[in-house]
Amino acid sequence: MSAIVPVSAAGKTERSGRRLTAYLLLLPGGLWLLLFFVVPIVTLLAASLYDPDGSIEAGFSMTWSWHNYVDALADYARPFGRSLWYALLTTAFCLLLGYPLAYAIAFKAGRWRNVMLALVIAPFFTSFLIRTLSWKLLLSDNGFVVDALKAVHILGSDGRLLATTAAVVTGLTYNFLPFMVLPLYASLEKIDHRLIEAGGDLFAGPFTTFRTVTLPLSMPGVVAGTLLTFIPAAGDYINAQLLGTPKQRMIGNDIQRLFAAGAYPTAAALSVTLMAAIVVLVLFYVRRAGTEELV
Amino acid sequence: MTSDLVLTGISKQFSGHRAVHELDLTVPQGEFFALLGPSGCGKTTTLRMVAGLEEPTAGTIRLGEQDITGLRPYKRPVNTVFQNYALFPHLDIFENVAFGLRRRGIKEVKQKVGEMLDLVELGAYGKRKPGQLSGGQQQRVALARALINRPQVLLLDEPLGALDLKLRRQMQIELKRIQTEVGITFVHVTHDQEEAMTMADTIAVMNAGVIEQLGSPAELYDLPATTFVANFLGQSNLVRATILGQADGSLVVDVHGGKVTVPVPRCRVTEGDVWMGIRPEKVFLAPAGSEEDAGSNVLRSAVVTDVSYIGVSTQYLAKLPWGQELTMFEQNTGARAALKVGDAVDLHWQPSHTFVLDAAQDAHAGVEDIAE
Repeated sequence: MSAIVPVSAAGKTERSGRRLTAYLLLLPGGLWLLLFFVVPIVTLLAASLYDPDGSIEAGFSMTWSWHNYVDALADYARPFGRSLWYALLTTAFCLLLGYPLAYAIAFKAGRWRNVMLALVIAPFFTSFLIRTLSWKLLLSDNGFVVDALKAVHILGSDGRLLATTAAVVTGLTYNFLPFMVLPLYASLEKIDHRLIEAGGDLFAGPFTTFRTVTLPLSMPGVVAGTLLTFIPAAGDYINAQLLGTPKQRMIGNDIQRLFAAGAYPTAAALSVTLMAAIVVLVLFYVRRAGTEELV
Repeated sequence: MTSDLVLTGISKQFSGHRAVHELDLTVPQGEFFALLGPSGCGKTTTLRMVAGLEEPTAGTIRLGEQDITGLRPYKRPVNTVFQNYALFPHLDIFENVAFGLRRRGIKEVKQKVGEMLDLVELGAYGKRKPGQLSGGQQQRVALARALINRPQVLLLDEPLGALDLKLRRQMQIELKRIQTEVGITFVHVTHDQEEAMTMADTIAVMNAGVIEQLGSPAELYDLPATTFVANFLGQSNLVRATILGQADGSLVVDVHGGKVTVPVPRCRVTEGDVWMGIRPEKVFLAPAGSEEDAGSNVLRSAVVTDVSYIGVSTQYLAKLPWGQELTMFEQNTGARAALKVGDAVDLHWQPSHTFVLDAAQDAHAGVEDIAE
């Protein structure tokens, strides 16, 4: 009997079976996203609209208080702007330091390439917190760095490194440098060496070849690296807390403080605003960088 | 003033490996010159040294009056068509072709690029990206990008290697046409002997870092100087022989008991053991016992062992009394019926088609490379 089952029916069963398999394979990822992304985001959005007069003890009620956003922005505009400014500085320094490093690893390192890559990743073996604390020691008022800078009169006798903007941006730059170097390296390493030779063959000196061939071809890495640096740097609060003073506090410090104090609606409103600001900036940036056709 | 390309005593040593060894070479201005050889013979290294992408370990490279040995690549009046083209993927076709002009600050870029794209028949493709073109079109862009700079020498590194057979034939003719039109010296590196023969005025056959022989395609084919050239350029039958003596400007050679004559100028060695060579299409297979033309060379008592019909021609294998199989091609003119396996035949050919090579050389040198 089975021999006379119509072919089309058999084909259909097989096709829908295959579709089912695809859905089953998507299920774990989908559940993960739902639980750890969609639910928290919705909770965060909801919390940002709770009654600001509520407290942990008394509980929060949903009052659709849109003015939470207005209040939060009015009170925290300065740390907010400072966060974006520090993140921008961090990204710029990471790019300036990371590009030559990635370039050297990709083109000049030869057999040392893997060693250098390992060294870039090595800091990850220690906690972010511990490394930032080490910077605190390194930059401390009676540390050898300050002493040395004072000895050569770069720093005045009452000058200090710790608790300055420079210290916070240095800490951020240090912490996020690998996130810049790795995508840059991946992008540079992919470039066909003959394209660089072709530049030389067509009357472009080393610098012109870099400007007209290597740099444009590494743009996907530049875009990925700057995003991976800028986004976490804008939300960071550890560096400002350990290496700065309240004068250097970033929006992350305020969110953390508000959260600890139980001011959930304001903390949530600031978080959503930061997220929205970053999304808008990133969209604008990626559009401008125009790397779609390269990747 | 001529601007011949002259390489003198050029050597290139990579760590532990000798790529090119004391090469002397003169490429006359305006010539289509081919460097032919199997992969690893040093031909690409030689080309890269002319381009300035590789520095010679020893020797000098001159272009006309100028010594360019130590000149940076971007300062040489030389451009390259790279293997696999190396087009800039982030620039459109127009900008790829304009690249060299822009670097030198030359005016009228638009007009010049337009003319060059017309020359390679890609006038309508200026706005496309390299990735949107076929292999053959990319090849023409690479050619245009190099030619627009009017280099004194254009270097082509296996330019047709990535194309399929039909397109390759078409581009061979195209390249030759363009070279004649622009009159620039072309130095063309290839491992494809047919490609070199079709296009080049002069071929230098390279093997293991040295030039084996240099000459026009016809010269090389007609009178190869080494067993490598005899086998790499077309096919050859090489038979062990011994020189007996000289008579009337010819050498008399003993070939396993048969006597064969070879004009003296066609002999690389004039005494002792030698390789007697003859091209497959130069041999006429006659039924056993037939009369030879006066002065013709003959080897008798062969038996046909294989017949392959190829359309325009038939390829025969015939076994000689000492057990060696020789190859023969015969045009299918229809003048006579094809021979069959097992037929007894004699081999006839003209002494002026015979050549004699040094027996110290490997009779199979360059053979396996044909399969590439």
